[in-house]
Amino acid sequence: MGVDMETALAFICGIIAAASIYLMLSGNLIRFIFGLVLATNAVNLLIFVSGRLSQTQPPLIAKDAVVPTEPLANALPQALILTAIVIGFALLTFVFILFYRTYQSLGTVDTESMRIAEPREDDGEDAANSGVNPDKPQQQEGA
Amino acid sequence: MSALPVLPVILPLKVAAITLWFRNAPDKQHRISLAGSFLHLGVCAMLFIRVVQDGIQTMQVGKWPAPFGITLIADHLSVIMVMVTAVLGFAVILYSRAEIGSRMLKSGYHTLMNILLAGVCGAFLTGDLFNLYVWFEVMLMASFGLLVLGREKQQFDGGVKYVMINLFSTLLFISGIGLLYGLTGTLNMADLHLAVQEVQNPAVLTATAAIFMTAFGIKAGIFPLFFWLPVSYHTPPVAISAILAGLLTKVGVYAMIRLFSLVFIFNISYTHGLLLISAVVTMLTGVLGAAAYNEFRRILSFHIISQVGYMILGLALFTPLALAGAVFYILHHMIVKANLFLISGLAERVSGSFELGKLGGLYRSNWFVALLFFIPAFSLAGFPPLSGFWAKLVLVRASLEIQAYGAAAAAVIVGLLTTYSMTKIWGEAFWKPRPPDSDNFDVEKKHPDIWMLLPISMLAGLTLIIGLVPAPFLAVAEQAAHELTHPEIYVNAVLGGK
Repeated sequence: MGVDMETALAFICGIIAAASIYLMLSGNLIRFIFGLVLATNAVNLLIFVSGRLSQTQPPLIAKDAVVPTEPLANALPQALILTAIVIGFALLTFVFILFYRTYQSLGTVDTESMRIAEPREDDGEDAANSGVNPDKPQQQEGA
Repeated sequence: MSALPVLPVILPLKVAAITLWFRNAPDKQHRISLAGSFLHLGVCAMLFIRVVQDGIQTMQVGKWPAPFGITLIADHLSVIMVMVTAVLGFAVILYSRAEIGSRMLKSGYHTLMNILLAGVCGAFLTGDLFNLYVWFEVMLMASFGLLVLGREKQQFDGGVKYVMINLFSTLLFISGIGLLYGLTGTLNMADLHLAVQEVQNPAVLTATAAIFMTAFGIKAGIFPLFFWLPVSYHTPPVAISAILAGLLTKVGVYAMIRLFSLVFIFNISYTHGLLLISAVVTMLTGVLGAAAYNEFRRILSFHIISQVGYMILGLALFTPLALAGAVFYILHHMIVKANLFLISGLAERVSGSFELGKLGGLYRSNWFVALLFFIPAFSLAGFPPLSGFWAKLVLVRASLEIQAYGAAAAAVIVGLLTTYSMTKIWGEAFWKPRPPDSDNFDVEKKHPDIWMLLPISMLAGLTLIIGLVPAPFLAVAEQAAHELTHPEIYVNAVLGGK
């Protein structure tokens, strides 16, 4: 049973990862966030499957014994996933706020039209400076 | 077992907490952070001296024995990195006194800066792969915050791209960890060294190695994964640019060196062959990219990429001499690169722009600034007897020793092209007369701030010392390379004497 389940979960991991990469590459910040959520889940699932799936006992030691009875469940992957979930959640919150502030500041969620830090060549150097130093308009000539 | 290896991590975390307490008192924050980074320098120096005298120091956190708990380990490579981190942290925190205004201080500049230092030191000192991931996250979160701290439009633009690609790299890193755990059942790096030798399925192991290579390659900024770097590094305030440029990509390089000398050494001709090609192309694209730009900090950003190529070249050649060259290169580069960013800020302060077209006449108005630029710039280009010359010399010699003539030629050519970029900045910003249209900015009245001159002079002095007396620095780098080429030393230090 374990092997079949592992194969199925491996496929699900792959499908989620593919969907997330599709969303991330779409060049839209909102879609990127959804892609990020999916990717985090795909990775957590990957760690879970890497720890092997089996029908086992919790790794607890009975009162009168010195060693736990086999077969045991491996608790480590779950600890890793838990850490990854917490970190992923913190990152997601930050990304939400960053993207929202970016939208407020730049007025777009389309990454293709975000060219302030890296202006196109045909806009010339002057366009670069108008973005870099909006408060110093006297310096916009003669680059 | 002493607690020394954990101090470089704990101290900045404490300082971060204290500065958060004083978030509405900018002046106190400056003092606390400065005192904290000075102490940090002291602690790191103690650890450095201890490791050089007594060999590798380890610490099992919470007394959990080695493969089960988190191990902190300070070998020569780690302490070199930690030591330079402390020096850069101190210099940049000194510098921020002149640059960072009270608005940013109230937004938590010093808190984030100290958390960044803690994260970087943690990444250098940990002996556990999952713990390395956690420190990467700590460092990344702090760097995300720092990058958008000024809330300028271009910072949001650069920041969004930086965050996107780095999050992707982090996800790759953790997938790699998951796969490696599935293959070996351990995440302690010393234990992994032994466990990968017994893996039955080398193809999956190589694929995992490639995932790690991509993840760290994005962080380090190697070809073709570097595009986030020149978008973002020129956008924040100079002090922040400098610390990011000095530290972050080098953490990627460090992680790459650590894993590809300790864990993934089962298929060297494939993995390190791939790294060799990537290193050479990285060097060339970085330096050519720099030639195309006329903005002080964007030129420097592209040079980070080409310099990372040299470090990866040292790893890819994988001989003791080449690794010593890579370590020495990192040591030299971190100091020089952070300093160049700081100087770009100084040049902006005394002449009002980062654009080379609008700069000029700095040599006449501020000869001392010109001198301070000259030392790191031409050290970066590899002029004897500055530190960059020795770093390049060792790498070129290492390439020639194993008949990698192409790599040697690339190293020399990229050095020449670096000279071109540095000469361009020198000619435009320092030698040529000041362009008439920027006259409304009064150069004569602008004097460099002492808080800017102090850290820049300190770092330039260090570059000079490394250049004039390279022998002790090379000796430490060789010792680090010796440990890297003999992983059993590392493994025994972690697992042996428990």
